[in-house]
Amino acid sequence: MTASAFWLVRLRNLFAVVMLSGIYSLFAAALYLVMDAVDVAFTEAAVGAGISTVLMLSTLALTSRTEKVHKKLSIMPLLVVFITGGVLVYGTFDMPRYGDINAPIHQHVANHYIEKSAGEVGPPNIVTSILASYRGFDTLGETAVVFTAAIGVLAILGRAKGQGMSTSRVAYRRKEENEEESKENDKNEKAVSDKKETKS
Amino acid sequence: MIFKAPLLRVVTKIIVPPIILFALYVQFHGDFGPGGGFQAGVIMAAAFILYGLVFGVETARQAITADVTRIVLALGVLLFGGTGIVTMMMGAEFLDYSVLGKTPLAGQHLGILLIEFGVGMTVAGAMVTIFFTFAGHGKDGNIALDQENEGEGND
Repeated sequence: MTASAFWLVRLRNLFAVVMLSGIYSLFAAALYLVMDAVDVAFTEAAVGAGISTVLMLSTLALTSRTEKVHKKLSIMPLLVVFITGGVLVYGTFDMPRYGDINAPIHQHVANHYIEKSAGEVGPPNIVTSILASYRGFDTLGETAVVFTAAIGVLAILGRAKGQGMSTSRVAYRRKEENEEESKENDKNEKAVSDKKETKS
Repeated sequence: MIFKAPLLRVVTKIIVPPIILFALYVQFHGDFGPGGGFQAGVIMAAAFILYGLVFGVETARQAITADVTRIVLALGVLLFGGTGIVTMMMGAEFLDYSVLGKTPLAGQHLGILLIEFGVGMTVAGAMVTIFFTFAGHGKDGNIALDQENEGEGND
């Protein structure tokens, strides 16, 4: 897993980078599975290794396939990364050991969920009853986030193929595909800009 | 990008229905095993995305149109929020499903089923929408992959 992460940083071919990040996610899913977090592993395998890889690939189709190489070695970002990483590692010293029964996370509400959820909510899978019932409001927010993401993508990219001609790049792309149509669009744009000029 | 390889096409045609079935299983079996709306939505979307990848976005768009995905996308959140509103109208707190059934446990079960279905709809709709908007943006879907295939073909 660590090896694939380091390899990922070194690579310049973005296609390979996307593939490697998918492999990295699959490793992460296996790690969650080993730690008995089946639901999280499921999500990681489906979203991290599956969907996000495909989404990154389709993004690559719209941009270029190789990373621009910056020759200049910049010290400042490296310094920031090392300091942040150091602080984070220092923070882990205060955390309870993995699986420690006295850790706050095992003392707070977890016991209540484990003992009472079968009587209060019902489903044998406690993860479901926490997500859907005890933490239903959080899940509603989560769903709203996914919804907003899709709406955002639609607002930025969704109209380009049909009606709206928002950016010049889209217009250029269209010109390649269909010259006549884009000419008409140019005329429309000109007409619009002429109107603006006359108004001002 | 449209794959011409017959093997890919046949395997995709065989494998898409089981993926959708598995998504439904994950959706409605989430109470008992691992899974739930989110995972089910992603798996459902993966079926359509796989179809779109192999047969081209335009073909996939005939099976599932832009309007359908957008409606499903919005209906999911509506179903989730609507369940909360219904519980409020029945005299409980927002998203307290106990009042939905005759017993609190039955109510909880129904409520969880409904909101998980809502989550699944929204996630599936969102993933399909995002993929098709991105992929439909290029000339024929995935330009990068086309180049890759051509490179391999020349060898």
